[in-house]
Amino acid sequence: MTDLTDLSLAQLRDALKAKDASSLDATEAYLSRIEKAGDLNAFITVAADKARAMAKASDEKLAKGKGGPLEGVPLGVKDLFCTEDVLTTAGSHILDGFEPKYESTVTRNLWRDGGVCLGKLNLDEFAMGSSNETSFYGPVVNPWRATGSDAKLTPGGSSGGSSASVAARLCAGATATDTGGSIRQPAAFTATVGVKPTYGRVSRWGVVAFASSLDQAGPVARDVRDAAIMLKSMAGHDPKDSTSVNVAVPDYEAALGASLKGLKIGVPKEYRVDGMPAEIETLWRSGVDWMKDAGCEIVDISLPMTKYALPVYYIVAPAEASSNLARYDGVKYGHRAEEYDDILSMYENTRAEGFGDEVKRRILIGTYVLSAGYYDAYYLRAQKVRKRIFDEFVSAFEKVDLILTPSAPSAAFELGAKTADPVQMYLNDVFTVTANLAGLPGASVPAGLDKDGLPLGLQLLAKPFAEETLFKGMYALEQAAGFDATPDEWWA
Amino acid sequence: MSIDKDTVRKVAHLARIAEPEQRLEPLAAELSGILDWIEQLNEVDIDGVEAMASTVDVTLPMRDDALQDGPTGGGQPENVTANAPKSEDNFFVVPKVVE
Repeated sequence: MTDLTDLSLAQLRDALKAKDASSLDATEAYLSRIEKAGDLNAFITVAADKARAMAKASDEKLAKGKGGPLEGVPLGVKDLFCTEDVLTTAGSHILDGFEPKYESTVTRNLWRDGGVCLGKLNLDEFAMGSSNETSFYGPVVNPWRATGSDAKLTPGGSSGGSSASVAARLCAGATATDTGGSIRQPAAFTATVGVKPTYGRVSRWGVVAFASSLDQAGPVARDVRDAAIMLKSMAGHDPKDSTSVNVAVPDYEAALGASLKGLKIGVPKEYRVDGMPAEIETLWRSGVDWMKDAGCEIVDISLPMTKYALPVYYIVAPAEASSNLARYDGVKYGHRAEEYDDILSMYENTRAEGFGDEVKRRILIGTYVLSAGYYDAYYLRAQKVRKRIFDEFVSAFEKVDLILTPSAPSAAFELGAKTADPVQMYLNDVFTVTANLAGLPGASVPAGLDKDGLPLGLQLLAKPFAEETLFKGMYALEQAAGFDATPDEWWA
Repeated sequence: MSIDKDTVRKVAHLARIAEPEQRLEPLAAELSGILDWIEQLNEVDIDGVEAMASTVDVTLPMRDDALQDGPTGGGQPENVTANAPKSEDNFFVVPKVVE
């Protein structure tokens, strides 16, 4: 019998439905791979007992010819989603021991549809990072290595545990979140497919909040079909999230393979940065040719506000974070300092001990830009520039249906290479952050390898709630790229 | 607009994060580096542009004024306090705040 972990999510789903495999066997196969992959540090918590119990329950349903669209499929969950009675850390020391008494809407939806919870995946602390190095639990290591090198590379961030575990086949698919690129950049670094849906498409209820006007959950998956299946289950209106939009969730899988004839693809000239490897430019041009071959019309567009997106993000996101993270005070959950004299020093010492350097830096920036005397100069100005970025996309999408860009300005880099300068690290998200500011859906699809044998991705952006068009385009890219490389299993 | 050591001290206090005296200078340098990079926003013409707080163009929905079921409902103080570092009889325990 074939190794069940070799099957894509869609193949495993079909095998389970056809009773060619059992969920318990698939779950055991994944648990055994997870156990051997300790060097990747992708999991913070492995929920082996829970996974086995869920798999058995799924097998009973499948035996009766019942079960949901994901029945019996083992999944990983970014440790930013609250899971009932299962440790939820957000990659932070300050949430030590936190076992929520409730389940996030996204994970509840996945379990409703039959998914099996393998455990909780490592991430940058509170999703603040682009390399997974800010996690209290240490960095995740990318399953991919450069040819002839054993240097440890980043799997991207913040959803590094999600990207690495999917790339290393430690789960059939994973949940992730994207505030500035945290799904798409890790997907690009690991040759996985990552989708950030339209803001409002997926409920944020029960997801540990970072920047509430930008955060959106989505899947990381092995291929486009798997991502379509996962998003269908994750998405949907939720009265518990007041920004969740009440529109029907289409069957994204049904959109795959549809003709792209007549679709207009925008190519923005500003999606280039100094020092970007020529291979990324070349791959981007290949992507344009692939879309042309698929029957699309290519339209050159200009998005001159692009260069201001990251500076806007580094005001808006820290401002919202400084407010959201005020709840970690040593009273309601998690860590409380041992030493304090009064309530003020309890707060100050708890937060000094509980937060890591990058989180503190962002809270301080956020507090500063919201403080009296600086609010107008920074926060209000950033909100106005954000509006201009948004308007620029609205105009662009009057002329085109999709926008094609590179996913990230580089391939995966070595752990430690960019930790000295925060701004250098922030530049990782230069191509992805615009979609968060404008609330647009975006996705990264693996498209090729660079000269060192490391994966590169291409990004597609679509109009709000046009995920079906997005998936159509992603599938065409995937078919044309014919990407089938896998990392050597040095960790096993 | 660079920020100095005293500003960092003030902001850290507002954010309720204890920063030791020797960290204030390096933090001022780090934060100034980030803020200097952000300064480029001053080039953008924002005259008459409306500030944007959310991309979702809907008015916030009103809920019925009724007790919810499940985790957002009432009557479960033991769940609310279950993760507290210190609690007693379903109350959060904190240092004395009123003399």
